[in-house]
Amino acid sequence: MHPILLIVFLPLLAAIVAGLGNKQLGAFPAKVVTTGALFAACALSWPIFIGFLSGASEASVVPVLKWVQSGTMTFDWALRVDTLTAVMLVVITSVSALVHLYSWGYMEEEPDQPRFFAYLSLFTFAMLMLVTADNLVQMFFGWEGVGLASYLLIGFWFRKPSASAAAIKAFVVNRVGDLGFMLGIFGTYLVFNTVSIPEILSAAPGMAGSTIGFLGHRFDTMTVLCLLLFVGAMGKSAQLGLHTWLPDAMEGPTPVSALIHAATMVTAGVFMVCRLSPMFMTAPTAMGFVAFIGASTCFFAATIGCTQWDIKRVIAYSTCSQLGYMFFAAGVGAFGAAMFHLFTHAFFKALLFLGAGSVIHAMHHEQDMRYYGALRKEIPVTFWAMTAGTLAITGVGIVDVFGFAGFYSKDSILEAAYASNSQVGSYAFWLGIAAALMTSFYSWRLAFLTFFGKPRWAASEHIQHALHDAHGHDAHDTHGHGSEEANAPAQEDAGHDAHHAHGAAAHEGTGGYHPHESPWVMLIPLIVLSIGAVLAGYVFSHAFVSEGDGEFWKGSLAFSEHLIHAMHGVPGWVKWAPFTVMAIGFVIAWYGYIRNTRFPAAFAEQLGPIYTFVYRKWMFDELYHYVFVVPAFWLGRKFWQIGDVGIIDRFGPNGAAWVVAKGSTYAQKVQSGYLYSYALVMLLGLVGAISWVIAG
Amino acid sequence: MIGIEHYVVVSSILFVLGVLGIFLNRKNIIVILMAIELILLAVNINLVAFSAFLHDLTGQIFAMFVLTVAAGEAAVGLAILVIYFRSRGTIAVDDVNRMKG
Repeated sequence: MHPILLIVFLPLLAAIVAGLGNKQLGAFPAKVVTTGALFAACALSWPIFIGFLSGASEASVVPVLKWVQSGTMTFDWALRVDTLTAVMLVVITSVSALVHLYSWGYMEEEPDQPRFFAYLSLFTFAMLMLVTADNLVQMFFGWEGVGLASYLLIGFWFRKPSASAAAIKAFVVNRVGDLGFMLGIFGTYLVFNTVSIPEILSAAPGMAGSTIGFLGHRFDTMTVLCLLLFVGAMGKSAQLGLHTWLPDAMEGPTPVSALIHAATMVTAGVFMVCRLSPMFMTAPTAMGFVAFIGASTCFFAATIGCTQWDIKRVIAYSTCSQLGYMFFAAGVGAFGAAMFHLFTHAFFKALLFLGAGSVIHAMHHEQDMRYYGALRKEIPVTFWAMTAGTLAITGVGIVDVFGFAGFYSKDSILEAAYASNSQVGSYAFWLGIAAALMTSFYSWRLAFLTFFGKPRWAASEHIQHALHDAHGHDAHDTHGHGSEEANAPAQEDAGHDAHHAHGAAAHEGTGGYHPHESPWVMLIPLIVLSIGAVLAGYVFSHAFVSEGDGEFWKGSLAFSEHLIHAMHGVPGWVKWAPFTVMAIGFVIAWYGYIRNTRFPAAFAEQLGPIYTFVYRKWMFDELYHYVFVVPAFWLGRKFWQIGDVGIIDRFGPNGAAWVVAKGSTYAQKVQSGYLYSYALVMLLGLVGAISWVIAG
Repeated sequence: MIGIEHYVVVSSILFVLGVLGIFLNRKNIIVILMAIELILLAVNINLVAFSAFLHDLTGQIFAMFVLTVAAGEAAVGLAILVIYFRSRGTIAVDDVNRMKG
């Protein structure tokens, strides 16, 4: 039996056992089964990856089951293992296994643990199905499975209305992208007459330049197909326009955020574009669009990240921004660099999220960074882990010596953008540089607000709650947490001004609260991921993006030797630019949040409406609210009032009921109960019957 | 000479009297029982008359059956009537209206 079968189906099996066993099974066995399955899958994945890394393994396809055989359309369940899949396998199984372990500690007080762990494993299974897909339909199965599992997990605390709303939002926004993906699959089948990925990729170059007719216009076939598929990727990977679900997905438990942002779900779009990269290479217009959207998202999300106060929201926008990097790398043709950034990003983003979870755990479910401060000494392990993550995401490193994970991947992406020597490439390069500056700023801002300065805990309602509660942590209701967070931007805005103007001095201090370091089951994943965040770039950069690149990927993604050469030939200032802006970002954050803490508020006030615009996430939620949500509600209400109540109910069930009621009122009158009237009716009936017989 | 027509006319008159007696009568249930008796007798006259006229004994035998059934019907009807009177205290037709929907 090929190990890939175990890797993919162990999580499913664990999810079924834990999910169906649920309350009968109890929390502990459910946790053991799911976590054990994931660690087994992880242990099996690494040898496969190392096999590809050393060049010993060859791409293979493991058939599982026959699926569809209908006319010319035939496809089976089959698991494809090549370099690209192997990279995703280690990312998914490692992060997922660590998240499972971490959840032992984080979800300890949760009454519904088997359900949570079953969902986590199901999520992992769906993502594994996606990355091992050999045909587009199987990929779509995993794609939808990921969507379903994310819906279940974001809405895990379904008694909290905001969590349910966020789950629905994630599902609906993804649906928009999925429509594009589905149309892409239909179109691909129409053009290539197959859904098998290898066959499509080998046939794609032959279709370059052909056109397809739609509504009387001729379009370039490959451009149309790639754009449709990319719409799907935009939805899953939260790119500009379809990104609104990602920050709201923070309503789920923190380990879920780590899983969504690092390993599963959002990386699916990037993976899909890389998997179909030979197809995208035949459509330069679509590639330009990918790069444009990626670069715009990268910049846009970074600006928002600079203004948010919720620790998880900052990291969420950071994910959005980093995904932008991956997409514009793919858009300029550096698919290897995109996958490399995906790989390193998985380590440091999972680390940052789990670290944030540890902070939130220590601070009694307070998520607002304005109420943190000075946690460095209180939770030292978390502090060091978060520092490693921050160093990695900001891309600290010296060219040709050593760097943290993000340094290698981000630099190679920026070099690729510069080296691609196209208009959209330089657009992406400059926005990428600007985003790198902001990445450094918001990451250090997060670190400084959380771990440095003076404690500002006393003003937090959560901390107050903890202090006044005799039982402290044990009696705390995890369902209730975060209910008053950033759902009302206006309110928060006011709070922010007040805090900086006079609130700080009045409420300063610890309030007698003592944060506690998280248990070891939570710290071990942090430590493991820290090692990944520090070393992943240094160890693997050679395989992923060096000149021997083609050897490592073995044709599993489109690879341009030309671009790699150009990347090595970029001028020195391009190599140093990311480091420089990173340093500038660090200094600004240090100045604003350590040196002169009044500066940020004053600066924000100076910017006025621009700050508000960015703080409110570029008004996307408001825009969508008025453009889509309000008309949809209006239309729905009209359909309900006129169509449903007015026509269907009125003439359907209600009409039938009315006829019966009215008819029976008349029938009732005939039944007077008087013998003689019955006799009369009998007589009339008799007369009628006789005359019928005689006349007939 | 009394012909078959006379018998038929008499029985028709008796039949119509019986029918009218059922649903024009608003007084009491005993009259209804008597009216039913009347209808049955009208039928009997018909049966016997035609039997004699056609020289077929079947009609007269059938008339005996009808008499038997009529006797049984009267017995059961009166029994119900007695029970009804005991429980409701009246046998006025206008008060017997419990059989409505």
